Amino acid sequence: MDIFLTLIQVLDSTIRLATPLLLACLAGLYSERAGIFDIGLEGKMLMAAFFSAAVAAVTGSVWLGLLAGIAASLVLSALHGFASITFRGNQLISGVAINFLASGMTVLIAQSWFKQGGRTPSLFGQGRFESAEFPYAIGPEDAELTGRPVSELMSEANVPHLVYSELLSGHSILVYVAFLMVPLTWWILFRTRFGLRLRAVGENPAAVDTAGVSVVGLRYAAVAICGILCGIAGAYLATALQAGFVKEMTAGRGFIALAALIFAKWRPWHAMGACLLFGLLQAVALRFQNIDLGGVVIPVQVMDALPYILTVVILAGFVGKAIPPRAGGEPYVKER
Amino acid sequence: MTLMKSLMGAAAAVALTAGAALAEPALIFDLGGKFDKSFNEAAHNGASRWAEETGGTYREIEMQSEAQREQALRRFAEAGSNPIITMGFGMADPLSAVAADYPDTTFVVVDVTWLDAPNLRQVGFAEHEGSYLVGMMAAMASKSGTVGFIGGMDVPLIRHFGCGYAQGAKAVNPEINVVANMTGTTPAAWNDPVKGSELTKAQISQGADVVYAAAGGTGVGVLQTAADEGILSIGVDSNQNHLHPGKVLTSMLKRVDVAVYDAMSAGDNVETGVFVMGLAEDGVGYAMDDNNAPLVSDDMKAAVDKARQDIIDGNVSVVSYYENDSCPALQF
Repeated sequence: MDIFLTLIQVLDSTIRLATPLLLACLAGLYSERAGIFDIGLEGKMLMAAFFSAAVAAVTGSVWLGLLAGIAASLVLSALHGFASITFRGNQLISGVAINFLASGMTVLIAQSWFKQGGRTPSLFGQGRFESAEFPYAIGPEDAELTGRPVSELMSEANVPHLVYSELLSGHSILVYVAFLMVPLTWWILFRTRFGLRLRAVGENPAAVDTAGVSVVGLRYAAVAICGILCGIAGAYLATALQAGFVKEMTAGRGFIALAALIFAKWRPWHAMGACLLFGLLQAVALRFQNIDLGGVVIPVQVMDALPYILTVVILAGFVGKAIPPRAGGEPYVKER
Repeated sequence: MTLMKSLMGAAAAVALTAGAALAEPALIFDLGGKFDKSFNEAAHNGASRWAEETGGTYREIEMQSEAQREQALRRFAEAGSNPIITMGFGMADPLSAVAADYPDTTFVVVDVTWLDAPNLRQVGFAEHEGSYLVGMMAAMASKSGTVGFIGGMDVPLIRHFGCGYAQGAKAVNPEINVVANMTGTTPAAWNDPVKGSELTKAQISQGADVVYAAAGGTGVGVLQTAADEGILSIGVDSNQNHLHPGKVLTSMLKRVDVAVYDAMSAGDNVETGVFVMGLAEDGVGYAMDDNNAPLVSDDMKAAVDKARQDIIDGNVSVVSYYENDSCPALQF
């Protein structure tokens, strides 16, 4: 029972850690499927994290914060679009610029706005996303009723009830949004006309253009969707997982999401698998510092590095082959 | 003419010495940044206090990357700043390279005690003694018999904190279970509150009901999650009791502000050598204020104050992690 409880707790932590990765990964998926490489996921998340926390702190409403986060991320997306679609600049350089811009601007604005050393004030009450407690799940209310800590009640619950209470219930609403985005993304990309065109524009924009569909319009649409999803990811970090913004709080999650995207070979369901796997690796690394496997001790650093190692292995072509969208990274120039 | 020359020379010499006497101190913050609510912010507070009281001015810079350290040192030294106060163990290597090139400048370094240079004032803190005291408080406040420690980047200094904490907790309750985690092995570990939160949740699920964060900006996430989940936390370096009133048991104070204030007050004739500030010098201690007064019982306070006196008198000795790079009370 104890081992099972630990397992459930690790999986619970996996879901929390995988959510920002998944949102950012799906964001990258839309953008890259349309032929726009985006290494600015990290910067967009960071900008969104800051603005969602700042607006939530000022207005006291987390929903306004979420909107502000999405708007901030969309502005950076538009910038990326301008540079790489309209002006046909190098997409990688534009992405790097966005990361630097976000890293510096967030701290600068935070300092001049709140004077708390590049952070936002702590959020409380309506300024944060509360965890959604499902009916009949063990939660803080039961703890109050019985006067015993939640962890004690959990360890006495039967297995299905435990899975239901700990694993499924008690997450922020954004977690459920993130996981619902996976089938939605699959449906949009593979079952709608828009999705077909979006994929086509990443493979062969000339053909799409010949068919009389606007390449530029489609690519802007993809970049905008990417901005919205990054905005949700950033808001999740700052207003659901945490209660405020701290400088550089994305801590490389945008890059792990990119790794997951390559690992998933640009497919939505696989992206979810990859993000859950990377989330699980992080959760295990956090729960068990050193893992003793019958005399061989695996240090925690190995677990931390595994997402990158796995991505390199995939990229090197040892396990299948990761082929990016064919027109990825190349600005589209109409023949004239 | 010769008289004129020597007069001019004397005047120039006076002007030069006057300039030297008026040399501004300089302060170099570590990677955590000036407002980390912790280590560097304490240095900032000490410097601001000096500036307010004396009306003096000082120059400062925040490090953004490892590569800037030596450059910043040389810049300030060339510009005539004296003394140059630097923060953090990361300054050890750049200082050992730079200090010899500027023999007339005094460098002050906090958290480094092992260098050898005549123009260096090295200030260390007996963090293990302060951590011992908060470890005792944690063990006395814990109902579950499990307490947690969350470090930032995995470096000997942070293990030093954790080691003192575990010894203090075990002094109160030999059966106590101390769960220790490090956030990471790169400087990003000082600024990852999300990971700090997850570590706290993991420790709570292992039964911890008091957690001690020695993790810079990551500690913000630890204290937040502890408050959310209804357990107690312990802050570090600066007094962090006010961050979550009634939820932060105490803070392990490291009087970096005093070290910086003293160095700035002494000006360019600051004494060089190695100085360790422990409990006896009030260099470390635990924080009490209105925010945590209801959490700390009289018994707790009496026991901790007695231990403090015992350590100062030498009746109780707290083993330092540095002594043989291992800890008797905690396995990392």
